[in-house]
Amino acid sequence: MSLVLAASAVRASREDLAMRAGVVALVAILLLIVGLPLWSLLVKGFQDVDGHFVGLANYRAYFASPALFNSALNSFDVAALSTTIVVPLAFLYAYGLTRTTMPLRWLFQGISLIPIFAPSLLPGIALIYLFGTQGFFKALVGGQIYGMKGIVIAQVFYCFPHAVLIMTTALRTADARLYEAADALRASKLRIFLTVTLPGAKYGVVSAAMVVFTLVITDFGVAKVIGGNFNVLATDVYKQVIGQQNFSMGAVVGMVLLAPAALAFVVDRLVQRKQVALLTARAVPLVPRPSPGRDAFFTLFCTVIAIGILAILGMAAWGSLIKYWPYNLSLTWENYDFEKFDANGWESFGNSVRMAVGAAIFGTALTFVGAWLTEKTRGFGAVRGLVQLLAFLPMAVPGLVLGLGYIFFFNAHGNPLNFLYATMAILVINSVAHFYTVGHLTAATALKQIDPEFEAVSASLKVPVWRTFLRVTVPICLPAILDIAIYLFVNAMTTVSSVIFLYAPDTKLASVAALNIEEAGTTAAAAALCLVIVATSAAVKVLHLLADRFLLDRLQAWRRR
Amino acid sequence: MDQALRRKVGPEGKVSYLEVRNLTKRFGDFTALRNVSLDVAEGEFVCFLGPSGCGKTTLLRAIAGLEPQSSGTIRQKERDISALPPSQRDFGIVFQSYALFPNLTVTANVGYGLASQRRKRTETAARVVELLALVGLPEAGAKYPSQLSGGQQQRVALARALATSPGLLLLDEPLSALDARVRMRLRHEIKALQRRLGVTTIMVTHDQEEALTMADRIVVMNHGVIEQVGPPAEIYRAPATAFVADFVGSMNFLAGKLEAPDRVRLGNLVMSCPIQDGLESGAAVSLCIRPEDVRVRDLPAEAANRVDVTVTELDFIGAFCRATLVAGELSLVADFSSNLIRDLGVVVGASLAIALPPDRLRVFAA
Ligand SMILES: Nc1ncnc2c1ncn2[C@@H]1O[C@H](COP(=O)(O)OP(=O)(O)O)[C@@H](O)[C@H]1O
Ligand SMILES: [Mg+2]
Repeated sequence: MSLVLAASAVRASREDLAMRAGVVALVAILLLIVGLPLWSLLVKGFQDVDGHFVGLANYRAYFASPALFNSALNSFDVAALSTTIVVPLAFLYAYGLTRTTMPLRWLFQGISLIPIFAPSLLPGIALIYLFGTQGFFKALVGGQIYGMKGIVIAQVFYCFPHAVLIMTTALRTADARLYEAADALRASKLRIFLTVTLPGAKYGVVSAAMVVFTLVITDFGVAKVIGGNFNVLATDVYKQVIGQQNFSMGAVVGMVLLAPAALAFVVDRLVQRKQVALLTARAVPLVPRPSPGRDAFFTLFCTVIAIGILAILGMAAWGSLIKYWPYNLSLTWENYDFEKFDANGWESFGNSVRMAVGAAIFGTALTFVGAWLTEKTRGFGAVRGLVQLLAFLPMAVPGLVLGLGYIFFFNAHGNPLNFLYATMAILVINSVAHFYTVGHLTAATALKQIDPEFEAVSASLKVPVWRTFLRVTVPICLPAILDIAIYLFVNAMTTVSSVIFLYAPDTKLASVAALNIEEAGTTAAAAALCLVIVATSAAVKVLHLLADRFLLDRLQAWRRR
Repeated sequence: MDQALRRKVGPEGKVSYLEVRNLTKRFGDFTALRNVSLDVAEGEFVCFLGPSGCGKTTLLRAIAGLEPQSSGTIRQKERDISALPPSQRDFGIVFQSYALFPNLTVTANVGYGLASQRRKRTETAARVVELLALVGLPEAGAKYPSQLSGGQQQRVALARALATSPGLLLLDEPLSALDARVRMRLRHEIKALQRRLGVTTIMVTHDQEEALTMADRIVVMNHGVIEQVGPPAEIYRAPATAFVADFVGSMNFLAGKLEAPDRVRLGNLVMSCPIQDGLESGAAVSLCIRPEDVRVRDLPAEAANRVDVTVTELDFIGAFCRATLVAGELSLVADFSSNLIRDLGVVVGASLAIALPPDRLRVFAA
């Protein structure tokens, strides 16, 4: 008889081992595309130009330089001011969308999302047309639009959809029973707002504030286009690296930029954790009732905001079609003939699409399979925890900082991955890394919503787990998978900051080309290129919505009851 | 012969099919199962019964290999499976949620485990038809799970679990998501099916009625330990612990003191009871009797444990009434049939002579 061992654990099957190997591979990949580049950046900050260790000398130099330190203060001011403006506006807008019966709410919602499809330089360009030295309304702003004023207005446009999305979610999860109870207690409207609505949306407000703050402080496009002599951290990084080739100081500024972004990220996570506890399955969704006065107010408010958004987009569109602003206002397609303005011509647009498609395909596969491995691998808790941590990291890291880390890491002598440098591949990898967190979270959420026992059932039926993954998990999660792919596509299309250091002459991207063209003074062509980007990403999004609505419904008959 | 001799012998002389020995499961500092040992005979229907959180699911999942034990062994058909991953064990399982694949038809769900067995397509199809007929859903093959009622989904899950003819069927609260009427019907269907197939079955439930009606043997659990194992009638009639007495069925707990091995004092009354070996004289005890065991009809004058009581409450429950009876400090409930109430004219405030038959009394340390 065999010796009876007190078996303390169930042996891993070959399948378990394969999945654990997958998790380890995922850790390796995330370390490679996020962890190590950041580490290189950190190290670089402690080295001099020749790569010798100099301790805190660079940091001392940074804080001793009034010009550089001033940028940090500027960044903070701009971010704080933009946040203070965006959050209340977005709150009211989201309130209009979720808590009133105003007409055309779907249209207002759609319009509020437009800025997501644009590179951040688009609002900058539009503002130059409107209020620049040759703008129609320059008198309105009383002097210079360049500088803080311009940056803040453009940032409000650029960040608005993100804040609206967060706040709509927060306001939509209201529990009707609370309002019924408050009504039954004869609480006044104001009191209900203060004691029920605001506390319910409180986490959404904080979360939106943190996201907007981070977006503004890390954004590069707006400040580059309309900042003028007003320096911020993001433009400083660019100047140190591209202008002065001072990589060490670039790394230091990058670290300074990382700090507030990481802090805001931590606050946001803490707050979101509380938000989850707020949602109970038994909540009764609130269905707003008509109230003529309130509805009229919100219709007016949302109309004004929507017109503002459309005006900025429209101005960029109009500007892109005009022969010679502001002297010859006749219309022309000439500005779309990009060969005239940039050596790459339309090629940069092709590169952008290629990169976005690549990021969508590889990023979706990596985030979804990665999230699945993390959720479903049996045992192996510590390593899975490490994946969680690494998956969250990119969200806290500004694109500019990650891009800088990529230079240091992939371009380092002796790195066997050196061959990736200056290729399309590195752009795709960088985009996947930069936007990894949202993809991972979307996938993890979708996976958590399906029955946790599918894998156990497969094991009992002796069906390999990968077959259940392909035959059941993927089809069920298809909507989430599409969401991830579209998110990655749109963000890769519009990003400037994460790729500005990484493109090579033959892999130049549309957003970067637009920036260069603008820098060279041809605002109209830059606007035209931005619009091509908006049109592309918006078209993809519309296709996605249509597919979601009609195609999925037909292909996945089982979703119908 | 030799082989047969070496086989461990389970309860009632049957050969043990599943053998759980000293199983302990810890989640961090929390011990969910403490030294659990259990034998299940081939073809037996065993229910794990206990309050929610007592470790039933954990034990079931340990047997399946889904929740590895911290220590202890599990043997199935002589084979030590303690260290095997679920995919190398022999069981079919039905979860509380059914875990049906929503994107696959009923046919594909039931045939899911057959496809990997390299059978011929026609063979698989025939087996699925057979299984669907077995669970009474011959027409449902082309439907998706969301188009079925809860009870139908439950049967599909059962058919899927049985498809590969596993040696052990594990059911985790298979009926708890259904409404009362469907639940009643499925109880009988599952039990009949199990008998017909003769598959060794373990079902987890927190519903004592379900356990009493379906099981060959019940395993009553509490706080991660087994309190009692036995056939339903034994569990009901002779609960081994106060917990089992309380959890299964209704029970009067009358606080008293053991005066002699066969006598319990309740205030100024003294009751005779079965001889208690395990308890010291003078110990504080609970004297227990089920409400339906309280006698009133045909009481001889010298009946043992005779008590004169007053009826203080009478709750109509349907087939019977539950009466609250008081005698001095003593208060207990008794179930009287409608017949009896009519015949004896029992009303609130009436005086009544009752007896607590000694052979129906249980005594537990308080
Ligand atoms: N994965 C787990 N981690 C920590 N505690 C657990 C886990 N699974 C179960 N428990 C705890 O173990 C105890 C027994 O759980 P379970 O077996 O599910 O009870 P039940 O008898 O209701 O099926 C419960 O207190 C539960 O909280
Ligand atoms: Mg359970």
